[in-house]
Amino acid sequence: MGQYILEMRNITKTFPGVKALDNVNLRVIPHHIHALIGENGAGKSTLMNILSAVYPHGTYEGDIVVDDEVCVFKSIKDSEAKGIAIIHQELALIPSLSIAENVFLGNEQTDKGLVINWEKTRIRTTEMLKKVGLDERTDTKIKDIGLGKQQLVEIVKALAKDVRLLILDEPTAALNDKDSDHLLDLLVDLKEHGITSIIISHKLNEITKVADEITILRDGATIETLVKGVDDISEERIIKSMVGREIVDRFPKRNHQIGDIFFEVKNWNAYDPLDDEKQILKDININIRKGEVVGIAGLMGAGRTELAMSLYGKAYGAKISGKILKNGDELVINDVSDAIAKGIAYATEDRKSAGLILIDDIKRNITLSSLGSLKKKWVIDDNLEIKVGEEYRKKLNIKSSSILQKTGDLSGGNQQKVVFSKCIFADPDILFLDEPTRGIDVGAKYEIYTIINELAEKGKSIVMISSELPEILGMCDRIYVMNKGMIVGEVMARDASQEKIMQYIMQSNKEVAK
Amino acid sequence: MKRIKSLLRGNIRQYAMVIALIVVVVIFEVLTKGVLLKPLNISNLIQQNAYVLILAIGMLLCILTIGNIDLSVGSVVGLVGALSAIFILKMDMPVWIAIILSLIAGFIIGAWQGVWIAYIGVPAFIVTLGGQLIFRGLTMVALQGTSLAPLPETYTFLAAGFVPDIAHIEGINLLTLIAGAVACILFVINEINKRRSKKKYDFDVPSIWAFLFKLLAISAVILAFSYALALYRGIPMVLLIVVALVLIYTFVTDKTIPGRHIYAYGGNPKAARLSGIKTKRVLFWVYVNMGVLAALAGIVFTGRLNSATPKGGYGFELDAIAACFIGGASTTGGIGTVVGAIVGGLLMGVLNNGMSIMGVSIDWQQAIKGFVLLIAVGFDVISKIRAKV
Repeated sequence: MGQYILEMRNITKTFPGVKALDNVNLRVIPHHIHALIGENGAGKSTLMNILSAVYPHGTYEGDIVVDDEVCVFKSIKDSEAKGIAIIHQELALIPSLSIAENVFLGNEQTDKGLVINWEKTRIRTTEMLKKVGLDERTDTKIKDIGLGKQQLVEIVKALAKDVRLLILDEPTAALNDKDSDHLLDLLVDLKEHGITSIIISHKLNEITKVADEITILRDGATIETLVKGVDDISEERIIKSMVGREIVDRFPKRNHQIGDIFFEVKNWNAYDPLDDEKQILKDININIRKGEVVGIAGLMGAGRTELAMSLYGKAYGAKISGKILKNGDELVINDVSDAIAKGIAYATEDRKSAGLILIDDIKRNITLSSLGSLKKKWVIDDNLEIKVGEEYRKKLNIKSSSILQKTGDLSGGNQQKVVFSKCIFADPDILFLDEPTRGIDVGAKYEIYTIINELAEKGKSIVMISSELPEILGMCDRIYVMNKGMIVGEVMARDASQEKIMQYIMQSNKEVAK
Repeated sequence: MKRIKSLLRGNIRQYAMVIALIVVVVIFEVLTKGVLLKPLNISNLIQQNAYVLILAIGMLLCILTIGNIDLSVGSVVGLVGALSAIFILKMDMPVWIAIILSLIAGFIIGAWQGVWIAYIGVPAFIVTLGGQLIFRGLTMVALQGTSLAPLPETYTFLAAGFVPDIAHIEGINLLTLIAGAVACILFVINEINKRRSKKKYDFDVPSIWAFLFKLLAISAVILAFSYALALYRGIPMVLLIVVALVLIYTFVTDKTIPGRHIYAYGGNPKAARLSGIKTKRVLFWVYVNMGVLAALAGIVFTGRLNSATPKGGYGFELDAIAACFIGGASTTGGIGTVVGAIVGGLLMGVLNNGMSIMGVSIDWQQAIKGFVLLIAVGFDVISKIRAKV
C-alpha cells in the first residue's frame, strides 16, 4: 500500500458558466480521519460527487488515484468496488423497511440465485449493529428509530459492503450532542479497525476533536491542509482560512435597547395532533420585551419547535389552550394568516421542505406571505413586486444572479436569507426564528446574526430557538430552557453558561423521575 | 450566446409544444391534401374541441395543486347535459334558466368533491374515481337509459351557432375580419408593453429581431385564422367562450392572489401553509371551479350533439388530462400554464381531426394519441435531465 489510500489530483470541474472546482488536490492517509471543510458553495459536495461517480469519469479533468492506481469511475458501482462509500446528508434509507433489509439493500445475502437468505442477513446485521454500538432489533423499521440511530444504520450499510474509505457529508448536522458524540467516537473506533474516513462538517469543534488532517476549500480551490500536532488547528485558525479573512468576533455586537414587556404567553398547553392524549406542551409561561432577543435552549424533542408553531396560528398541535397577550391585550389567533396579520412571524427550521417554494423564484418567495400589500384592486402589481424583491436582495445580501433565480438553486445561507426576507416583509412585531443558522457556513452565519441584531435594534421582539448553545449564549439577552414540553429554567445571558443550561435540564429530568 | 442559451432553456418547453403544433398542422395539411385548413374544417375543428379545451383549463388548476387530477369530469359532462335536457324538454323551463341551473349543478358537484378532498382529506384520485362512477350512474338513472333530443335552437346556439355579422357582404364576414385585426393590435401593444417593463428592470429580453419575428409570426397566424373563419360563417360562439375563458384564467393565474396561491400550494404545500395560505380553501375552490367548467363543457357538448345521451362525455377526462401534460404541466404540481394546456388540447384536436379526415380508424387514433402523450412528456423529462448535467 502506498502512502495515500486516496489521492485526487488537479481536479477541475466546470458547469455551464461556472468553474466549480479549480485544480483541487486531496490526499488521504490510510487509517486517518480526514476533514474536508469550507463555506457553502466552496466545492466540497462537488468533489465528493466526483469521487462517488455521481459525475462520472470524463465530465471533469484530473485523476483519482486509489492505492497508487489511477481509477476510472463510471458509476457508483465502480467506486464501491474500490471500497469507497459515501453517506449523504439526506439519508438513503427506506423508512418502511427493517434495519436488516436496509443494510443489505442492493447487496442482498443469497445462497444462490435470487432467493434471499434471511438467516444469514439477520446474523450479519446483528454482528455489525453490535460493532457500532446500536442496540436495536434487526427487524425494527427505520421509521421507528431516531435520526441518530438511522445515521448508524447508514454506516452499517457501508460496512456491509466491506468499505475501506467512508465519506460522511454533514453526518451530525441533524443530531443532538449525545448522538453526535457517539458517532464521532465510532469514527475513531473504526479508524483503529482500519477504516479511513473523510468527514465534511460545519461543526468546527467536532472537526478539531477527531480529525487528523483538515483540508480547507474556498471558492473551488484547495487553500491548505492542516495536520494535527503539526499545525495550529484552533477554530479561529480554520475560520480564517475558510473565509479568507479574520473574523474578529463570531457574534456581532448589538446596541441593546430593551423596552417593556410586549408579548406574553400564559398557561399555554398543546397536545400531539396525531394522538390527543399525549401532551406536548405543558403550562408554558413566557414573555418577550420590545427589542429583546430571547433564546429557547433545549435538547431535540424538548418541544421548542412545537411551541413556536403552536403560537404561530396553531400551525402545530391539537386541543391548544392558553392566552397570548400583545401589549397587554389578548390576541385571538385561529390560523396562520391571522398570526401574520397580527404581527407574528415564524422562520422554520426546515427551510427546504417547509420554508421555500424551491421551484419558484426569489421575489415570489419573498412576497408570498404578504401578497395583499402588493395588490392594486384585484391584481398583483408586478413592478412593485420586483422593487420589493430587489430591495430585499440588496438589504439582506442574497447572493444570486437576479431576483428571478429559483430558490432551489441557492446555497443554504442564501435560502435562509430569502426565508428571513419573507418574514420581515410581512412586517411583524415578533419573530420566531427556529434554528436560523442550521447547516449554514461561518460567513453566512455572521450575516444572519447581523440581520437579527438590526431587527432587535429596530424594536422587534425576537425568539431564537437553537441547538447550538454558543450561539444562544452569544446572541440572546435572556434564555429560557425547555425540557419535555416545559419551561425548566430562565436565566439572563450574562449569568448563563453551557453548564448552567445543562444543569437546568438535568435537574428537571430528576424531578420528573421522582 | 450564453444569454440566448439560457433564454431558450427557460422557454424551450413552451416553444417546443407550439412548434410541435405547427409541425402537426403542416403534416396533416399535406396528408389531407389541404382539407385540414379549409374554412369549413377550421370551424369544425373549433366546435369539435371546445369542450376539451374548457375541461383542460379546469383540469390544469387541479393538476397545479400537487398534481391532483379529476377523473370525474367526463361523467359530470354527461350528467349536466342530461340535467339540462330534462330541465328544458321534460320540465319546460326557459333555456336560460336551464343553463343557469346546470351551472349551479356543476358548482354543487364540485363543492361535494371539494369537501371530500380538501376538508376530509380523501385523496383526489379516489374521490374523483368515485365521482366518475357516481355521476355516470346518475346520468343513466336520470335519462332512464335513453337519449333526449332534439334540443331547442336557443340551446344549441352556444355550441353550434355563429356570432351574427354586422354587415351583409357576399362571401365574407366583416365582423370576423374586424375582430381579427383588433385582436392583432391588442396583442402587439401588450407584447411591447411587457418588453418595455422587462427592459426597465434590466431583465433578459430576446433580441429585437427575435422579438419582431415573434410579433410578425403570431400576428400573421391571427389574421390568417380570422380570414379563414370569415370565409365560412364567421366566429363560432364557442370560440368566443373559449377565448374569454383563456383570457380570464390566464389573468387569474398570472396576476391575482388566488392564482399565486394555487401555484404556491402546488410548489410546496407545507411552505404555502406556513406562509399563511389557507391551503384547504385553495384546494376546495379549485374543485368547485372544475365542477362549474365541467358543467359548461356539458352544455356545449350536449348542444353540439343536439341530444343528451347516457354515454355523453365518456372518457373526456383523459383528453383533458393529456392536454395539460402535453402542454407542459408538471405531474408533481406547481408548474403549467393555461395557454400550455390549450396548446396541448389543440394538438390533440388536430391529430383527431386530421386522422378522421384521412379515414384512420378510431382504434388507431387512440393508439397514436397515447403515443404522442408519452413522447411529449418523455421529451420533457429527458430535456430536464440534460439541463442538469
